[in-house]
Amino acid sequence: MKKTLILSTALVGFAAAAQAEVTVMSWGGSYGAAQTEGHLKPFTAATGIPTRMVDSENPATPIKAMVEANNVTVDVASLEYADAIRLCDEGVLEPIDIAILPPGSDGTPAVDDFLPGAITDCGVSTDIWSTVFAYDTTKFPDGGPTTAADFFDLEKFPGKRGLRRGAKAVLEFALMGDGVPASEVYDVLGTPEGIDRAFAKLDTIKSEVVWWEAGAQAPQILADGEVVMTTAYNGRIFSAQITEGKPFQIVWDGQIYENEMYVIPKGAPNLEEAKQFIAYATSTEGLRQQAQWISYGPARKSALIEPLIFNDGKTEMAPHLPTYPDNMKNALESDWEFWVDRDAELNERFNAWLAAG
Amino acid sequence: MAQLLTTADGRPLAEALAQAQAKSRRRAFLLVVPLLLFVLVSFVLPIGQMLHRSVYHDGFSANAPALVAWFAANPAGTEPDEAAFAALTEDLRGMQANRTAGEAGTRVNYILSESRSMFTRAAREAGDLVPPYRDAFEALDPRWVQPAVWQAMRSSSSAYTTDFYVVSADFQRADDGSLVRVPENRQIYIYLFVKTFLLSGLITLICLLIGFPVAHLLATLPMAKANLLMILVLLPFWTSLLVRTTSWMALLQGEGVINDLLVWIGAVAEDGRLRMINNQTGTIIVMTHILLPFMILPLYSVMRVIPPSYARAARSLGATSWTTFRRIYLPQTLPGIGAGSLLVFILAVGYYITPALVGGADGQLFSNMIAFHMDNSNWSMAAALSAMLLVGVLILYWLYDRLVGIDRLKLG
Repeated sequence: MKKTLILSTALVGFAAAAQAEVTVMSWGGSYGAAQTEGHLKPFTAATGIPTRMVDSENPATPIKAMVEANNVTVDVASLEYADAIRLCDEGVLEPIDIAILPPGSDGTPAVDDFLPGAITDCGVSTDIWSTVFAYDTTKFPDGGPTTAADFFDLEKFPGKRGLRRGAKAVLEFALMGDGVPASEVYDVLGTPEGIDRAFAKLDTIKSEVVWWEAGAQAPQILADGEVVMTTAYNGRIFSAQITEGKPFQIVWDGQIYENEMYVIPKGAPNLEEAKQFIAYATSTEGLRQQAQWISYGPARKSALIEPLIFNDGKTEMAPHLPTYPDNMKNALESDWEFWVDRDAELNERFNAWLAAG
Repeated sequence: MAQLLTTADGRPLAEALAQAQAKSRRRAFLLVVPLLLFVLVSFVLPIGQMLHRSVYHDGFSANAPALVAWFAANPAGTEPDEAAFAALTEDLRGMQANRTAGEAGTRVNYILSESRSMFTRAAREAGDLVPPYRDAFEALDPRWVQPAVWQAMRSSSSAYTTDFYVVSADFQRADDGSLVRVPENRQIYIYLFVKTFLLSGLITLICLLIGFPVAHLLATLPMAKANLLMILVLLPFWTSLLVRTTSWMALLQGEGVINDLLVWIGAVAEDGRLRMINNQTGTIIVMTHILLPFMILPLYSVMRVIPPSYARAARSLGATSWTTFRRIYLPQTLPGIGAGSLLVFILAVGYYITPALVGGADGQLFSNMIAFHMDNSNWSMAAALSAMLLVGVLILYWLYDRLVGIDRLKLG
């Protein structure tokens, strides 16, 4: 009896060791679902390695905590660009050798196939996403807002506004709403007067703002009628529009885009499998699969050669991607270095500004 | 001379007695050992660790040994010489090799904004720098020769630091190391600290005003009705905090149940819907509801054992009902009021999730700032703020003990 017990325990232990499982931590909601459908499931089907998705409000926080506590339970995490670089500098992430990335479907080596900046020391881009603003078309029957300035125009477009609670992307957006062209935003924001200007612009709508935090909240408050327009991640609005048929309209003027990165935390339990997963997910095929579930642009040139179709079989993705030429007319690439440096100071000021009521 | 009392086997009685008592004391101690260990591991250690973290951050000091040595050898105010820049070069090279430039830069960035990228960038270039290093650094970024950077590095060169408390008190260090208030538009912690205590006091007061009559009713109604009422108090108490908070969101929001009802009966106009959520009002309403049972239950347990005959005696002696309440009933409920208020107040001071969900912009409390710094991986700052909160609560506890007496507390 005792012998069988020991034997079976040993066997279970062996089975667990052999069954390496790739745990991916991402942002939940329709984005997490797109990664599950586009990356996790096909990867398991192709390699037989089981995968698991866990949600987080921002994976950068738990990743850092896990590495510091020497208790890493996640193999791959999906991070914002600035976080991927910051944590890499802090030694929290595993470096990723560019050689493991497969060439594009047309044979272009990975280095040339990826868009500039899409590969960093510790991360590989899964997509390019954007913070845009969207409105409820039923609230503006005579034509809705079309520019970032309209978002701040309470007279022409009365009603509550949704904004993400945090300085990043909000300050840039305020400046663009105040007429600063995208190319000059960070120059202006780099000066004390520029920061004052951004906050002054926010002051003009402060009483009408509903602040959201998790990505899924933005389409929710718009659908609930809590706000008439809100900033949001463009993919979330796309999902609400196409999948749920909500009467939302995206305004691309003043969009702020950046790469989303897959990274491996230092000490990941299944390092080899994690690398395999990233190589697979960021291949031409992997990027295209994810883009069939959510409107974030693939960061490989080879993934954009053939037209992308949404999983409903009819919606063409191109016009919904942040990188579509028409959407890029007044677009701003988020400056990671600016935020890595000034995050603390600007958020302190932002929090003080918020709390001052 | 008096004979020493002895036991039957000739040992002194006092000694035998002490021995027997020591034995039983040891046995009693053994019984509480598990609890003691539990408290130690789950309470004392983490809090100690938290307090330690609030004054300790070795992100810079552990990764810049040469600079630490230079700062130790040269007193504050020394102009950085070529040796200092050589030490800086050496440390940056080490940081590049160990990928720790970000960590060191983050530590300095806590004191001096915009300095983090100076470190990561310089570390990347450090391998190519040639003497004279001072000029090399000046060419790299003119800020390297400014006193502010060196003051910030000196301040970071000791792992033990009061910097996080300085920031928590809305102060910052000037270039010469002296303390100055941060500009008004960045002052937040003291304001939120005071506001948190005031709001918690207000919530405690509202809980007391609502809870007192309910507890009195519970204590005086016939058993059957009291039980029913008790279930109404306990049911929300047993429901998950998140569920209750979310229900309030559905009730209070602009297009929510209460506003719809008010519009329907014509109490408010369609465009004049009340704003009861995503602001301070929301925080007060929802926290009052969530903390109410913590007031009612201690009050109830005290009121239940107050003999009704006292009040009857007072009335029969000619006291008015108000005098009876004020001079006979109220004083007897004081231990319950004290316990309930202390419980509600301390819970309210540390509340985080409810203000985060329904507080909007101006309904945020101090604990939300702690959460904010946890999210930004600035654990030392979060620890310093937590320590402030802890001290605030301890001071109140001490005041309570002095004014009311902690032995008069009755929790049930």
